[in-house]
Amino acid sequence: SSASLLFLSRASLPTQRHQVHRKSVKKGFEFTLMVVGESGLGKSTLINSLFLTDLYPERVIPGAAEKIERTVQIEASTVEIEERGVKLRLTVVDTPGYGDAINSQDCFSTIISYIDDQFERYLHDESGLNRRHIVDNRVHCCFYFISPLGHGLKPLDVQFMKAIHNKVNVVPVIAKADTLTLRERERLKRRILDEIDEHGIKIYHLPDAESDEDEDFKEQTRILKASIPFAVVGSNQQIEAKGKKVRGRLYPWGVVEVENPEHNDFLKLRTMLITHMQDLQEVTQDLHYENFRSDRLKRGGRLSSHGYVLPLSPAYVPVCFQLLPLTDSRAQAVHLDG
Amino acid sequence: MSVPSCQLFDQTKEECGVMQSPLVDFSYVGIDAILEQMRRKAMKQGFELNIMVVGQSGLGKSTLMNTLFKSKVSRKSVLATSQEKIPKTIEIKSISHDIEEKGVRMKLTVIDTPGFGDQINNENCWQPIMKFINDQYEAYLQEEININRKKRIPDSRVHCCIYFIPPTGHCLRPLDVEFMKRLSKVVNIVPVIAKADTLTLEERDFFKKKIREELRSNGIDVYPQKEFDEDAEDRMINEKIREMIPFAVVGSDQEYQVNGRRLLGRKTKWGTIEVENIAHCEFAYLRDLLIRTHMQNIKDITSSIHYEMYRVRRLNESNTAVTQANGIPEHHLSAHEM
Repeated sequence: SSASLLFLSRASLPTQRHQVHRKSVKKGFEFTLMVVGESGLGKSTLINSLFLTDLYPERVIPGAAEKIERTVQIEASTVEIEERGVKLRLTVVDTPGYGDAINSQDCFSTIISYIDDQFERYLHDESGLNRRHIVDNRVHCCFYFISPLGHGLKPLDVQFMKAIHNKVNVVPVIAKADTLTLRERERLKRRILDEIDEHGIKIYHLPDAESDEDEDFKEQTRILKASIPFAVVGSNQQIEAKGKKVRGRLYPWGVVEVENPEHNDFLKLRTMLITHMQDLQEVTQDLHYENFRSDRLKRGGRLSSHGYVLPLSPAYVPVCFQLLPLTDSRAQAVHLDG
Repeated sequence: MSVPSCQLFDQTKEECGVMQSPLVDFSYVGIDAILEQMRRKAMKQGFELNIMVVGQSGLGKSTLMNTLFKSKVSRKSVLATSQEKIPKTIEIKSISHDIEEKGVRMKLTVIDTPGFGDQINNENCWQPIMKFINDQYEAYLQEEININRKKRIPDSRVHCCIYFIPPTGHCLRPLDVEFMKRLSKVVNIVPVIAKADTLTLEERDFFKKKIREELRSNGIDVYPQKEFDEDAEDRMINEKIREMIPFAVVGSDQEYQVNGRRLLGRKTKWGTIEVENIAHCEFAYLRDLLIRTHMQNIKDITSSIHYEMYRVRRLNESNTAVTQANGIPEHHLSAHEM
């Protein structure tokens, strides 16, 4: 049987977390993962491998001629995955066209707008009257695919990550890692980390394991943190190797096993994503969304014709909500002297 | 009285080491002896080969050159600087080596083009390369039209441009098409799939077919060009090559022990890729094409076709300029056109 998608690896759960956990199980999880990287880095294969599903059944890859005309598109696909009673509503946001054009200047403004739009929508919903069924379409995590062929980050990689690192959790991933020997892989990882440092790029940091966690979990967290950026290989093909069937890629010189930790970091990436799904959502809410919100409110302006007009400074918000019940569907302007 | 031919050429035959048949052959003139004379002259003179490598940073261009000539001929091997920073603009860097094998001397010049395709905006990145190639033609032309010209004009013309295609497995990128479309008109282009160890055999075949299709539909004639096949035999050999290109190559300058032999390769956890094993990659085919079978042909096409086209264009240009200056209408020139 294939590996379990949502393994709840903690053997003993402290009571409070257990209760939160039970509630989440009932409600199910919503998670939006954005995938960015130039064509041909195995993004689709990897996503399909991660979630053991085919998110792109009718995919057609355009030729060079079509690529010349295209700008970056945003394509969102949603699947509902259920395992052991736990429901996950997963949305994968693809960005075909990224980095394809001869001139990639400003090729990602569409992507930035998309992220901002989800924040905007959430802000609007959050400010509305009926907040029970807010749908969270905010991007919780962005896998950024780095080519294994270069000597590190490309100029476009740096520019893009800097443009979004304050808006979304960035998880850099080295794609098609089976083109690297072990030494090349380690060298590339170090190079990338150095360049991330050098350019002040803020990638997602796994939180340290809490002191009450068991040793295994602490060790797992340590290993994950030490392996970033993850160098992965994806595949949906079953290959016969050493007498058993494995998911992998068959070459004349050997078989690369996707789920073999000696071959690549696929399992680590999956573990990280699943174990930290909650944290990724929290950081999105507490950091990225709040940044967006405070920026947005400082800039001011009407949200829409159905919501409140929020004041310029967040400090006034509680006062604002107390004073202004909505008597009709039109928004009322609020003038507060600063 | 006519002297039997063998007597006249006796001395020559001995010098060449040609086996003299004990019986006199009255029908043998000895014209074939010229081959030996040519061979000796070539060995004395040595010859030049100028290869340009074009492709994004990290596609293994330097390693491939080193592998092809089994010595450290690339710029990176020679220069002390190991930091591979992507330059902000495209640079053209030549480095020459004298290589000798079995008494045959070759002056190999490898022309590198760092910065190509690495910027965020790669518009017109082919221009400096096009200019360089034309500049070499110009330099040769200037020497040729000199009144007192050198006995052997130094040949810095680019004989062959190896274009490195990243192994996406999908299709050509807009940049690849643009570059090859333009440059195939002035130089012999040999496209290769770089770092092909990331493609399974199936993916490789699909990719190659797709590339050939796109080359065809864009009217890109890569080496060996169909229109320059000299005869049926040529055509037969070249058709076989045309059905195989672009060659999927892997380069390496490291040796490993495989089955008791020392071979050039790449060692991974799942197997060792042998560079010269045609079951693993097509490096051997590329080497044979460039060096063992078609080297002279590549040079001939450069001098008799690409260079001649340049020369005709240039001389017509200057004729036009001169006649315009002299007030002679252009159509009077037709008899003098070359």
